[in-house]
Amino acid sequence: MTATMNRPLGEPGASRPKPVHVSKTINLTLKVWRQKGPKDTGRFETYKAEGISEDMSFLEMLDVINERLLAENKEPITFDHDCREGICGSCSLMINGIPHGPETATATCQLHMRKFHDGQEVVVEPFRATSFPIVKDLMVDRSAFDRIVEAGGYITVFPGSAPDANLIPVPKPVADAAFIAAACIGCGACVAACPNGAANLFTAAKIGHMNLLPQGQAERYARTEAMVDTMEKFFGSCTNHGECQEACPKEISIDYIALMNKDYLRSKLKNRRYLSRKP
Amino acid sequence: MSDITLDSKSPSGPIQDRWTNHKFSVKLVNPANKRKFDIIVVGTGLAGASAAATLGGLGYNVKAFTFHDTPRRAHSIAAQGGINAAKNYHGDGDSIYRLFYDTVKGGDYRARESNVYRLAQVSVDIIDQCVAQGVPFAREYGGLLDNRSFGGAQVSRTFYAAGQTGQQLLLGAYSALAQQVHKGTVELHTRSEMLDLVVVDGQTAGIVVRDLITGEVTSHSAHAVVLATGGYGNVFYLSTNAMACNVTAAWRAHRRGALFANPCYMQIHPTCIPSSDDFQSKLTLMSESLRNDGRIWVPNNPDDTRGADQIPEGERDYYLERKYPSFGNLVPRDVASRNAKTVVDAGKGIGPLKNGVYLDFSSSLLRLGRDVVKERYDNLFEMYERITGEDPFKTPMRIYPAVHYTMGGLWVDYNLMTNIPGCYSMGEANFSDHGANRLGASALMQGLADGYFVLPYTIGDYLAPQLNQKPVPTDHPAFKAAEAAVRDQNARYLGVKGKYSVDHFHRELGKIMWDYCGMERTEAGLNKALAEIPALYTEFKKDVKVLGDDQSVNQSLERAGRVDDFFQLGYLMCQDALHREESCGGHFRAEHQTDDGEAQRDDENFSYVGAWGFNHAVADGTLHKEPLSFEYCKPSQRSYK
Ligand SMILES: Cc1cc2nc3c(=O)[nH]c(=O)nc-3n(C[C@H](O)[C@H](O)[C@H](O)COP(=O)(O)OP(=O)(O)OC[C@H]3O[C@@H](n4cnc5c(N)ncnc54)[C@H](O)[C@@H]3O)c2cc1C
Ligand code: SF4
Ligand code: FES
Repeated sequence: MTATMNRPLGEPGASRPKPVHVSKTINLTLKVWRQKGPKDTGRFETYKAEGISEDMSFLEMLDVINERLLAENKEPITFDHDCREGICGSCSLMINGIPHGPETATATCQLHMRKFHDGQEVVVEPFRATSFPIVKDLMVDRSAFDRIVEAGGYITVFPGSAPDANLIPVPKPVADAAFIAAACIGCGACVAACPNGAANLFTAAKIGHMNLLPQGQAERYARTEAMVDTMEKFFGSCTNHGECQEACPKEISIDYIALMNKDYLRSKLKNRRYLSRKP
Repeated sequence: MSDITLDSKSPSGPIQDRWTNHKFSVKLVNPANKRKFDIIVVGTGLAGASAAATLGGLGYNVKAFTFHDTPRRAHSIAAQGGINAAKNYHGDGDSIYRLFYDTVKGGDYRARESNVYRLAQVSVDIIDQCVAQGVPFAREYGGLLDNRSFGGAQVSRTFYAAGQTGQQLLLGAYSALAQQVHKGTVELHTRSEMLDLVVVDGQTAGIVVRDLITGEVTSHSAHAVVLATGGYGNVFYLSTNAMACNVTAAWRAHRRGALFANPCYMQIHPTCIPSSDDFQSKLTLMSESLRNDGRIWVPNNPDDTRGADQIPEGERDYYLERKYPSFGNLVPRDVASRNAKTVVDAGKGIGPLKNGVYLDFSSSLLRLGRDVVKERYDNLFEMYERITGEDPFKTPMRIYPAVHYTMGGLWVDYNLMTNIPGCYSMGEANFSDHGANRLGASALMQGLADGYFVLPYTIGDYLAPQLNQKPVPTDHPAFKAAEAAVRDQNARYLGVKGKYSVDHFHRELGKIMWDYCGMERTEAGLNKALAEIPALYTEFKKDVKVLGDDQSVNQSLERAGRVDDFFQLGYLMCQDALHREESCGGHFRAEHQTDDGEAQRDDENFSYVGAWGFNHAVADGTLHKEPLSFEYCKPSQRSYK
């Protein structure tokens, strides 16, 4: 591979349309949590975010800040993100004290800068919860969620052994209710919003999805007991504040928590009765 | 490079019996012996998670790796539209044969018939498996599964879960994987990135992995390695792919000898939101269904500065309706995309950057009323407004095509094994099944077909003869050398201390790729790219700036390695596009079009899979050809006039 550069860096390519308009910009003051690692105590640093286009998403704004930090030989801010479409659940962030920021039903990656005003101060922190230890800067470890799913968040079926899909009709309202619960993106905003750091909304969403469906009945009570017990090992207890559903980008309702609690009580009975029958 | 014969291991005989006969003829590993075999699965998207779960369930010793913090984040989660299956639940004449035929034809006769037929066959099992697992597909009021027609298909064979089909399927595969993790048959390594494939005496020995939290570089050996690491659309920087999608795992295997097939085949999606400024980080797809009720146009006059509603009918160019009177706004993805590029290149683009075309709902609003339009597209209109701040009920949407999917990938045989014995590839990472163009809702189908139903059985054929052989130990010099190379490479990026960020180089590479190896390619343009990419690559190596260290989380360092591989891949894509002197599917060479401007295939000279070998000396690839033959689907030319 040898050739000379015939186009200076940054110059748009041949068929690239030339901009004829610059979008409206705002200036912000950011206070961002910086923490080198789990053992570092961490602190806020203040950055001027000037000339931020209103068309940017919040994460694109952070990309711009990172480019500027790099130019000043400062390490860029670490944060989790991937799909930038509000579906993978990677992004997090407390923005002015609210998980995923001020816009309801919106994950941080879908929040746009036109929702902020010129001159505003914006405080950016990681999700704070004992069960989500900080890895670096704004990145936290949410793997305790996986432990809950591993404990029972599945319906056992081996590939090739399933009956024809239309053999079990599922009433549409039931299918829809299961789907609404299954839409949880596993972001952890519910935990970050909860004064007790409880994971009841997440766990209830997982349990609700499977316990509502006819396919999920065989393992219903074993699943509920295992998942709730695992949840309690890692997370705080729910005292019905309801902050979780306010923060949830998928607007999952705390009604699913009621459903989970009911099934959990019954599981204690059912599972014990089942055990007592064992030889 | 020595000559490689590409044996597809495609069975012969009547097409409907090939998979059954093949399953019967492959060697089996007896249930009690399965735990004696170690299998590494890299990637836990749809393909990887389903494979790891199934292999674990069969009793193999599985180690699964993902750079994500949990399998549920894989890019598969973002798929919206649905998954195809030849269930014929709607009694509208669908069949395995029809799905097979549509897929081969849609792929513009550049896929292997045997593979495609098998895909169509197992499609029905996928739906059964997913429903049993609890995937909440959309249902009708009677409680049975709903289907829709998708991407211009003549039958309703697409199963869906609102606009979140990928999410629901991935959560299903992830739950199956989680169960195996709990049982201990699968050891899951998250935030772990594979950075090399280790080959000893011509056979796969294992992988080298970097822990993205601690920076630790470790080796893992196994009897077989399965790469299910997704597609490479992000070589264009801007695409509909998730930010972290990359080619590194496949590329490093390529550098170890695995052939890379049809790299130039990629798919452009016509309806995405155009970028708004230079810091745009990704492009968002708007469902294709919008074209059912939206009319696409641009102003006649390139200098028109009026708002859309101020431009009278007579001064608008509804160019698709004008050029394709019978299909109009519903022409296939590639045709719609190319035409949008033509008008934007002619300076007629609309929007602040003049980089889009209008998708206008005003006549549908008049015809159907606001309520009907709202019911059909509410969530899409809302998503559009969230991103652009504009209300599609009031002003037309602005759309433009974007890179969406890559059909090319690691060459694999019928067993999904690459040409390196013991190294397999599945899902979007391999090249199989879609030919030169993928049908909508078929990628999810392929990922799950590979993972649940194909690989877990074909892998036995390779493993069975190795019973009681231990994998190569990780203190073997080949592992140690590969580990050292990974550490050296990272030290090199950190040592450059140049001027520009990794993203800067990625963005510039993307521009070259998009301009010269995008929707429309020419000999001159490709040659230009083949000159510019190496120059930019040299700049990258000389002038990239990566701060921090390699003993903690360092996202710029992770990206540096990925962008390095994109440079090499980008070069190969241009080479492949230049050599393929025809237009087919997603590959459009301006020199090869019919009088009507349609893609012109050259079956006589190019009816083959172009599989490239990595050539260390000059970085130019070496081409190997796997000829394709069509016994069932006879090639024909497309027309949408
Ligand atoms: C916006 C959008 C919408 C789509 N809609 C549809 C649709 O409606 N229907 C359809 O059929 N298809 C659709 N597709 C395509 C489809 O989603 C993908 O092709 C498919 O999901 C790919 O699955 P996969 O398992 O092969 O890879 P992925 O889901 O991309 O998974 C890759 C995995 O590999 C891991 N990985 C990668 N590299 C490494 C490494 N070096 N080390 C360790 N781990 C690694 C990742 O962590 C991840 O787990 C859509 C695509 C996009 C972009
Ligand atoms: S319940 Fe809502 S807030 Fe909690 S993890 Fe799921 S999507 Fe996030
Ligand atoms: S980045 Fe995927 S949900 Fe925000």
